[in-house]
Amino acid sequence: MDFNDTPDEAAFRKEVRAWLDANATRKSDDKQSFRARNDDPELLAKAKAWQARKAEAGYARMTWPKEFGGRGATPILQVIYQQEESNYLVPLGFFDIGLGMCIPTMMAYAAPEHLKRYVKPALHGDEVWCQLFSEPAAGSDVAGIRTKAERAKMPDGGDGWVINGQKVWTSGAHYCDYGIVITRTDPGVPKHQGLTMFFLSMKTPGVEVRPIKQISGGANFNEVFFTDVAIPDSQRLGKVGEGWKVALTTLMNERLAVGLPSGGLDIDELMELARDTDLDDGPAIKNQQVRGKIADWYVQQQGLKLTRYRTLTALSKGQTPGPESSIIKIVAAPKMQDMGAFAMEIMGQGGIMKEQVPHAAGFQAQWIGGAGFRIAGGTDEILRNIVAERVLGLPSDVRVDKDIPFNQMGKK
Amino acid sequence: MNFDFSDDQKLLKEQIARFLADKCPLKVVRRVLDGNEAFADEVWKGLVDLGVPGIGIPEEYGGLGLSPLELCVAAEEIGRVAAPVPFDTSVVLATEALKLAGSDAQKKKWLPLLAAGKAIGTLATAEGAQTPRPSNVRTLFGGGRLNGRKVPVADGEVATFAVVLAKNSLVLVELAQKGVARKGIETIDPTRKHCELTFTDATAELLGAEGEGWRLLERLYDAAAIYFAFAQVGGAEAAMYMARDYALQRFAFGRAIGSYQAIKHKLADCYVKLELARSNAYYGAMMLTDGGADLPLAAAAARIAATEAYDFASKENIQTHGGIGFTWEADTQFHLRRARVLALSIGGPMAWKDRLVTRLEQKNAA
Repeated sequence: MDFNDTPDEAAFRKEVRAWLDANATRKSDDKQSFRARNDDPELLAKAKAWQARKAEAGYARMTWPKEFGGRGATPILQVIYQQEESNYLVPLGFFDIGLGMCIPTMMAYAAPEHLKRYVKPALHGDEVWCQLFSEPAAGSDVAGIRTKAERAKMPDGGDGWVINGQKVWTSGAHYCDYGIVITRTDPGVPKHQGLTMFFLSMKTPGVEVRPIKQISGGANFNEVFFTDVAIPDSQRLGKVGEGWKVALTTLMNERLAVGLPSGGLDIDELMELARDTDLDDGPAIKNQQVRGKIADWYVQQQGLKLTRYRTLTALSKGQTPGPESSIIKIVAAPKMQDMGAFAMEIMGQGGIMKEQVPHAAGFQAQWIGGAGFRIAGGTDEILRNIVAERVLGLPSDVRVDKDIPFNQMGKK
Repeated sequence: MNFDFSDDQKLLKEQIARFLADKCPLKVVRRVLDGNEAFADEVWKGLVDLGVPGIGIPEEYGGLGLSPLELCVAAEEIGRVAAPVPFDTSVVLATEALKLAGSDAQKKKWLPLLAAGKAIGTLATAEGAQTPRPSNVRTLFGGGRLNGRKVPVADGEVATFAVVLAKNSLVLVELAQKGVARKGIETIDPTRKHCELTFTDATAELLGAEGEGWRLLERLYDAAAIYFAFAQVGGAEAAMYMARDYALQRFAFGRAIGSYQAIKHKLADCYVKLELARSNAYYGAMMLTDGGADLPLAAAAARIAATEAYDFASKENIQTHGGIGFTWEADTQFHLRRARVLALSIGGPMAWKDRLVTRLEQKNAA
């Protein structure tokens, strides 16, 4: 056992480091980062510029085929690039959904001329994509969406569709250029059967984006309203009525894309706080309950890091990773929330004040952000269902609406 | 990145797993539970034939001279079937104690016997229902004589020798002598026999330097924590799948209970704890093999994660079974009992958590 690179991996890592040194600024410490406020227009411009540079050098999506600007590389090389990139002060996060989920879905279902038109600008950061799935009445049960698409003639006489409805929790919609949208095209059949997927420009008339302010104060996601939005049939992805199949392609990629939040406060900072803060008659670190909690979270932190190493080992050997990585968000999200809350408790009543001591605001941000992280990209509950069903082979939940036409649901 | 066992190690694991699946089904564990055997003799002999006790013993002392990684895969499989054999005592604690602290003469005398399964060793630290500390250990060694009482001691009735914590030193004492009285005791796990050892001017010798007992014990426990973690991971996985299998075939309110989220999420939590434990155990194995500076931290993390995983899986296995899982006839009890014995035998989670943070403090100060 070792954590070493293979000779090929080591050579690639060296190449990446040299390129990053020449093109970006190395972080002075590993906690330094661009503030993760992706509603900042200046940050978006910087991120687009960095993405373009990365794409030109062939590092943006290395696993993609060469024809789409990738290198046809193994996943481990992409991981090595990301590991190295995380040591540099560069703005990230704007393109994960587009390149991780939307464009792979396009690759699987869009016409060649569309791929020619859209893949490159997305890869180079010129155009940003979002995923328009969730709705007010369809979160975890995303197949329950109500936004409808009806056949219509386009002004030029061609076949088209008119979309009406509302999406919600759409990350980045306020700065995105394109999106993929799942709609209901046949309410007369059971819910999974009447869906159809499209892509569209977010500038299409009738599309209105309203940012949602979160309890954390940020506004990273949005409501998106569709009012008589007309798009040509050529923007359909997959067959009419097979949108669920297309969505599964997208969501499969989501689980690969949603990883660990990196660079956040963790055990080191909690130890520091416990050392520097009085509790009882001495520093909090002397308190046995504090020590017990620190130990528990250390075991989780290490366990997640090492579980990821097991996955990387499989990738490095060219094997398919096992299901072990499915535990990551189940552990990381509550840990983030609970550790934040506990760090605040160490500070006593003063734990509610912002910016009084080093890390106070950071731990408060984790406490409040953890509440969102436990929901985003699959709730704690849905992720446990996935582990139970796909890893342990337990039956899926009973679905009382499975065979009922969508427009008859809830009626007796 | 190569954070996995080698193909050869996996082959060894499969070989041991096949043997145990054949020769040590839970009905063998039940036989020991209900009977008077000290351990399952035919299972132990088979493991000896496979070379298991000699895996970690150097070739010059009659062992196979393999790395800790090989012993880890063996531990996982032995833990998986809750085998009633003196593995934790003889193969892990006694063997590692000799390797760690034994003089060349002691190693020459005992390691070949341990490797061949001709001697069984054990470790005796506890003196009743409290954690042994320098202030409360009353067993004394002096002038080649050992006096005191140790209880509980696993496999004490059948062991050839014991490594005994006497005040601040470790001593090695052969148990077949006039100065040693052995009395079987009842514990929560009759599938692993324990006894009380009373020493009255028993002939004994130092193992390691005088006064070094606690320091040696800490190092011994670090190694043992990792092997135990693999046994706990194996047991936790077995308990989880026992619960899963039952949840698939037990119907209530018209459907398999495994289709209810209350059961699914509980079993998903078993899996989460199991994988955290497995990953931490792997790192422990790697540090043990490389003698890495992270060994003390990795051992503590492996110990804490594996103890939690096994305790959780074994109790929720019974809960998933409902009333039938609480009967003497059910096989659920074996993992519940073993999980607690393993959890307490080299210090419980509370002690290890405190130790982990101490080590973190030391690492950060360095």
